[in-house]
Amino acid sequence: MVRMAARSTFCRWLGCGLLLAGATVFSRPASGSPPQTGSSEELLTLPGEIGKQGGRLVVSLRAEPKTLNPLTAADAPSREVILGAMQADLIHINRATQLTEPALAKSWKVSADGLQYTLTLRKGVRFSDGETLDADDVLFTFRVCLDENVHATQRDQLIVGGKPIAVRKVDAQTVVFELAKTYGAGERLFDGMAILPRHLLEKPYAEGKLAQTWTLATPANQWAGLGPFRLKEYVAGQKLVLERNPFYWKQDTKGNRLPYVDELVFLFVPNADAQVLRFQSGETDLISRLGSENFSVLSRQEHGFTMSDAGPGLEYNFLFFNLNAPGEKTSPDLARKLKWFREVKFRQAISAAIDRDAIVRLVYQGRGAALWGPVTPGNRRWANPSIPHPARSLDKARGLLKEAGFTWTPGADGESALVDSEGKPVEFSILTSSTNADRTKMATLIQDDLKQLGIRAQVVPMEFRSLIDRVTQTKEYDACVLGLVSFDTDPTADLGVWLSSGGTHLWNPEQAHPATAWEAEIDKLMEQQLAAPKYEPRKKYFDRVQEILAENQAMIFLASPDILAGAKNSLGNFHPAVLEPYVLWNVEQLYFRNPTENAR
Amino acid sequence: MTQRYGLKGWLLALAVLHGIVACAGFFAPYDPAEQDRAHPYLPPMRIRLVDSQGLTHLRPFFHPLHLSDGSFDQYGESTDQAIPLRFFVAGTRYRLLGLVPFRIHLFGAQASRIYLLGSDAYGRDQFSRILYGGQISLLAGLLGAGITLFLGVLIGGIAGFYGGWRDGALMRVAELFVALPWLYLLFALRAFLPLAISPVQAFFLIILVIGAVGWARPARLVRGVVLSAKERDFVRAARGFGATDAYLLRRHVLPETSSVILTQAAILVPQFVVAEMTLSFLGLGVPEPVPTWGNLLASLQQYSVLVSYWWMYVPALAIVPFFLVYLGLASALQQEAGTEKIERTTGGDRW
Repeated sequence: MVRMAARSTFCRWLGCGLLLAGATVFSRPASGSPPQTGSSEELLTLPGEIGKQGGRLVVSLRAEPKTLNPLTAADAPSREVILGAMQADLIHINRATQLTEPALAKSWKVSADGLQYTLTLRKGVRFSDGETLDADDVLFTFRVCLDENVHATQRDQLIVGGKPIAVRKVDAQTVVFELAKTYGAGERLFDGMAILPRHLLEKPYAEGKLAQTWTLATPANQWAGLGPFRLKEYVAGQKLVLERNPFYWKQDTKGNRLPYVDELVFLFVPNADAQVLRFQSGETDLISRLGSENFSVLSRQEHGFTMSDAGPGLEYNFLFFNLNAPGEKTSPDLARKLKWFREVKFRQAISAAIDRDAIVRLVYQGRGAALWGPVTPGNRRWANPSIPHPARSLDKARGLLKEAGFTWTPGADGESALVDSEGKPVEFSILTSSTNADRTKMATLIQDDLKQLGIRAQVVPMEFRSLIDRVTQTKEYDACVLGLVSFDTDPTADLGVWLSSGGTHLWNPEQAHPATAWEAEIDKLMEQQLAAPKYEPRKKYFDRVQEILAENQAMIFLASPDILAGAKNSLGNFHPAVLEPYVLWNVEQLYFRNPTENAR
Repeated sequence: MTQRYGLKGWLLALAVLHGIVACAGFFAPYDPAEQDRAHPYLPPMRIRLVDSQGLTHLRPFFHPLHLSDGSFDQYGESTDQAIPLRFFVAGTRYRLLGLVPFRIHLFGAQASRIYLLGSDAYGRDQFSRILYGGQISLLAGLLGAGITLFLGVLIGGIAGFYGGWRDGALMRVAELFVALPWLYLLFALRAFLPLAISPVQAFFLIILVIGAVGWARPARLVRGVVLSAKERDFVRAARGFGATDAYLLRRHVLPETSSVILTQAAILVPQFVVAEMTLSFLGLGVPEPVPTWGNLLASLQQYSVLVSYWWMYVPALAIVPFFLVYLGLASALQQEAGTEKIERTTGGDRW
């Protein structure tokens, strides 16, 4: 559930990113009279501003989605489109409150031991082609997701305690899910699990062609979903056009069926600066994932834009050292450096020397928060308030280095250089992703901070994939500045980062046995929080994890950027959230105050 | 005779420009890597002689800038404070011409840092960075041109003087080099190099690459001149008197190429400065925080910088006088060579 925060799409090691707002689907308009809000339908009523129907919402997308099939969607653009606008899940995480709420399931019950979930489906919900949703669709969805031959991206997420979740139909509206082991995050599991139309996909599944269906070239009449929008047209390399789903199962408090806008258009604009230009010229109505620089450029020019700073998101940026054990192929030079890095006092000293406030000010123009732990201020429920936030102190750093056996020798031009116990100068390189200017800037600031300790650090910007290869495969590097974005506020989202066996346990990934006592303790605590069904004990375990991380500084946490977005003034219900998708999470409620002007 | 003056004028201008850059430590008020984190993207300060009451001062002064409330990059002038500019002040240590330890700077100020050309994202002085950056960029240009011409004369000389299969083989190789997509070659090369290369290593790598790639064109020019020179009567006569190849090349043939080489040098230096800038702009050059002109321009890749901070363009202007002077020198050299040729063929007034 963690995504490498890089421009390039990176496969999610953890599997289940629950990103998008409840997706729903649209019915096709031509199929008779538009459905009326009848008593047979149990529509979900959303609070919020009452909008006007009509208009066309245009947003830019970083890349072309690779597929419209939720089972194979691994890239961020596909997920954004599918889960954000075209499909829906049973239980949904409200991006604003960060809590779960009913979606396709109107209610659910959890058994006392936390192993059994009974979900009751909303009555009268229809797919975008007018077919009714029932328990068989849910069963079908979970069957294909768990089928090894389908290779669904959701599969890992549905294996709890080593066993796949068992799904049982009680009646047409009731489904029971049985877990082999208690799952701490509970019903958050269902967020992002798009429910598929059995009537369309059963045949390709029987033929073993399920993974190849629903490409971008799929004709609109062979596609159906439960999200607020349904497929209308795809123009390769340019845009994806969606139209409103007339069968959508949500309404506003006045009983108007959602969504408000008639069309949702995704333009493919690969470059962040180009996205800004499109927004400035009025071609797009919304912009999200804005960098702070572009945000201030747009804020300065008053063109009738509403710019919104939603506060720090769930991205945490950090510096980490190579803590892998030296292997046979490790060069003596690197082996010597690894010895420094494994010294906890060395890492604590580096942490004490870093000016986090300067990072927030200079990298994010003040639109961010300094971090001392992985839980950002944007995550309201899980931060441990007792983690200390020490101010930058070079004296403390020097003291720690002295205790760890480092000394200083006077160098040329009056500067002193830090040397280790063998008299070798302390020098190392810091990798950063060359496509991420923010992180390169952080590294440059750290470089200057460390110079004041007599440490010569070098910043090495590198192509993102080769960087990940170095960190996780060849392990030939000294230190690295990287960022992760949690998909969810729940600590389970970052399981693969904290478990020593995890693939995203960046400083020493995929260990057979925990290399240190503190990593073993984190492993145990993460297991315990996962097995505890209640929030309070889980919070206690995760608080302890945060303390251990702060103590050992395996990751030296730096800063978290604010979620910045902008929209035309005419767009109503524009409330960016700190969870992805930042602005489209309530796409069904977005509306134009002057819909005729936006009809185009 | 007018050309002679022209040539001298250009040479003098060149010496002055290079002198300023070579003594960057003296002309620049600050260390180029020194960060002033409280003042990112500070606009250039105005140097004034007349104060707000209309009184003229003999000593130039400036008003310090302060960050506007709640803003990241909007500054206001504190007009109530006038900070005099001081000359020949002691400041950061540096090495004059890279050798002599020194502390005196041409100008500076107390109480506030002076930013003649504004500051960058880290609050580093743009003026100092342009001067120091010139050292790297120009040195890369000069050394690169040196290597190119050395290889060009060597290979072109051998090919032209000996002719035959040697000529054929060398010229085919030269054509190959002309056709190489060297930018992509560099990307590939960089991928094979060790992870962290120090600024010095990166610098020499750049020089090596741009020097090694550019030799083909001068080599072909030199070959042409050598081909015609070796058939001259006086060369044949010298050969008839028993002169060795080495003597002929040194005494008679290569001197003929001198005007071509000098003109080429004056054209190649700016060309290689641009090559260095391109590489650094693309992140293949000397790493931060060492300034080079290409590094300084790299921040313009960001749209927000492009539209918000005009002074970040100034490094692009810095190269203009250098290019003008080098190209002026090249045309003066060419004219000179032309006159000499006429003098020699007509007998001239030298005899």
